[in-house]
Amino acid sequence: MSGLRSFVARRLLLGAAQIVAVVLLVFALTEALPGDAAVALAGDQPDPARVEAIRTAMELDRPAWERLADWAAGLLHGDLGTSLTSGRPVAGYLADGFGPTLLLAALTVVLLVPAGVGLGVLAARYEGRLVDRLISSVTLAVYAVPEFALGVLLVTVFALRLGWLPPTAVGHGADLLAHPGVLVLPVLVLLARPVCSLVRLVRAGMIDALASPYVAHALRCGVPGARVRRLHALPHALAPAVQQLARTVDWLLCGVVVVETLFVVPGLGTVLLGAVGERDVPVVQGLAVVFGVVTVVLNLGADVVAHRLAPRAGVVA
Amino acid sequence: MHDDSVPPLSSDGRFAGLRRRGFLAATGAASLGALSLAGCGGSGDGGDPKAGGTPQRGGRLRAAFAGGGASETLDPHRANLFADAARAKALFDKLADHGPDLAARPRLAERWEPNRTLDRWQVTLREATFHDGRPVTAEDVLHSYRRIADPREAFRAKASLEPVDLNASRATGRRSVEFVLKRPTAEFPNVLAAFGAYIVPAHAGDFDANPVGSGPFRFVSFAPGRSAVFRRYDGYWDGAPYLDELEFVVANEESARVNALLGGQVEYAHELNPTTARAHEGSGQIDIVRLRNSAMQAFCMKTDRPPFDDVRVRRAFFLIADREELVDAALAGAGETGNDLFGKGYEYYADGLPQRAQDLEQARFLLKRAGAEDLRVTLDTSAVAAGFTEAASVFRDQARQAGVTVDVRMGSKDSYWSDILDGGILCCYRSGAMPIEAHISQRLLTDSTTNATHWRHRDFDALYRQAQSTPDREDRAALYRRMQRRLYAEGGFLVWGFADWIIGTARSVRGVEADAPANTLDWARFDKVWLA
Repeated sequence: MSGLRSFVARRLLLGAAQIVAVVLLVFALTEALPGDAAVALAGDQPDPARVEAIRTAMELDRPAWERLADWAAGLLHGDLGTSLTSGRPVAGYLADGFGPTLLLAALTVVLLVPAGVGLGVLAARYEGRLVDRLISSVTLAVYAVPEFALGVLLVTVFALRLGWLPPTAVGHGADLLAHPGVLVLPVLVLLARPVCSLVRLVRAGMIDALASPYVAHALRCGVPGARVRRLHALPHALAPAVQQLARTVDWLLCGVVVVETLFVVPGLGTVLLGAVGERDVPVVQGLAVVFGVVTVVLNLGADVVAHRLAPRAGVVA
Repeated sequence: MHDDSVPPLSSDGRFAGLRRRGFLAATGAASLGALSLAGCGGSGDGGDPKAGGTPQRGGRLRAAFAGGGASETLDPHRANLFADAARAKALFDKLADHGPDLAARPRLAERWEPNRTLDRWQVTLREATFHDGRPVTAEDVLHSYRRIADPREAFRAKASLEPVDLNASRATGRRSVEFVLKRPTAEFPNVLAAFGAYIVPAHAGDFDANPVGSGPFRFVSFAPGRSAVFRRYDGYWDGAPYLDELEFVVANEESARVNALLGGQVEYAHELNPTTARAHEGSGQIDIVRLRNSAMQAFCMKTDRPPFDDVRVRRAFFLIADREELVDAALAGAGETGNDLFGKGYEYYADGLPQRAQDLEQARFLLKRAGAEDLRVTLDTSAVAAGFTEAASVFRDQARQAGVTVDVRMGSKDSYWSDILDGGILCCYRSGAMPIEAHISQRLLTDSTTNATHWRHRDFDALYRQAQSTPDREDRAALYRRMQRRLYAEGGFLVWGFADWIIGTARSVRGVEADAPANTLDWARFDKVWLA
């Protein structure tokens, strides 16, 4: 177990370095975008004197490295800074956006895991038969539909034609849970593609494992087939799926811009989109930190779980 | 002159609304506003049963706008977007506001009177109270204007208030203010109606926690980028609104606004695409309201840079444009053609000038005379406004027929307006509604702050100044006509169209004024709207 501990420690250090690199890169890229927060705020009234006044008020006239250093110093005290545009704390932006994002992500994952694993195992169990072919072709077809198109399709059919569900979550920003109806369509759209990739991974892993010598050996020893599948084959099949799942959760948490925009869910993706448009550097950086931490932690967690599921796979190398 | 004490919608404004009605009935748009005004309902229903009826009290209206995300504020002086302006207008008042012809109409100001030289204006406030019960006083007015003009701040209306000497201006009574101006300003009422020039209480606190204004609605709650809930203010000086409650919700994607409207989640959706409007017009599900003359669409030539420093090249470009095709292709037909002048249908518009049409032969001839055969120019555009990229590619094809090669260059939409102010030679341009005088003073004088055509002519400046010191309205109109003739002949704005601003409403919504270009008084005016 000490091997695992030092592995985790090394990965956390590496992760911290990665987050720093991401934040630096994001800062550099945002600075490199044409125009700054003052220009973006001035909009169609780019009176040069006004832009200059905004720039001074925002302290954008100070050198970039100085602003970055100030922000980093604040970060060490847990202060993410304040928005250039509104003057409100960045932490508030993140907290407001995180609720809806987390809710959508959690619901999606809760449905994704049983659906993906169940269908994958089922397909593998009946490999080559009708059930398998049905599952495989449907998942391939759904996977090929872009989120935006699927969203528009679902809204048109279920919200506008049939009137079963509300078309958007407009106005319900803070209390989405109080109106669960508005969550159905966004979650369906979010589920569609991850379910398909998960099913295909689990199916392939199961088929691989079922054809392996150790499964054959277990069967020869008289272990019942269902037990072999559940205890011997499935964990092996799940190892790659866990990493795929981590990537999916990462994607869900780091802003699903298309779904948020389509259904008017004010999550982190919306905050990011707005902040980049406004050149609101502190907010963009705050998001970069959050997204960096989420990515590092999730991938680390996935590696550890995969290691536990299939120690010989060598993921710890 | 403007010493009128007429109610905000004077009789000629009402008739303008009635004239428009026949047209609207023909296009299928139904909800009309003029009828909501007490004392003028019933007549002139235009044969549309949905338009009229007696206004009913009560109900909650939800209105979807594109918004500013988590950075939104209710500080009316920081208003920037349409959503900001609509919320500000619900909570606050200006001293004046623009009628459908963009002439200033008294609001919190009951009347105004200039001195003989037009550089001192006596403004009398009407009896009005803020939501906390305190009266609106001259001190509040001066406080508001001084806040906007604060040199440490960058409020949008600051440039509009520039003519006012706020140190010399003073309260001459509880409800009267004397404004001292830096120079004669015949159109001073336009300043009072300027975008963002709202009156806030002198002791205003935090605008986002508990904004107190004198507008038709009082504050209930606000979540930036999500929703703002307001409630009827019974003590409103212009009559309490019909609605009990008004909620602004933010949906940046047009399809989301339409879907929310179709799905019954909102009753009013601002800023729809022409294609959406066409799809739903007359479908019976929702009503489409087109606000005519809301956005000037133009190409902007830098008149001090080759090749456009040669007036013959500018004239050739005027003749290259096929305006009908531009309106059809770039605005999907939702608009009307322009005549290279700003402000069609507005006060002082020079509508006597002949409509320009495409004349490729003459354009080629002019280019040849200017020694600009095989001309190659770069046209800047961006996805910053609807129809920009389409207009650019349509114009590129039209120019090719005259032997001009146009290279279209896509720019960043976040910095576009700033980039084109001094960069490039030719760009796509649009402008919301403002008085013609404001268009000239902001864009066409030597010291204008956003002079994107680099139109700098001392004699033109002098004409503008002369107009501003001319008390007689007719004499002033003649001067504006002279200025516009000059711009028509050799200006840098190739104004090819005026886009409609399109609004969708639920069928139960009444009293949405159609004769109200975006940003004028009756645009997004919810105190006169009711639910049937």
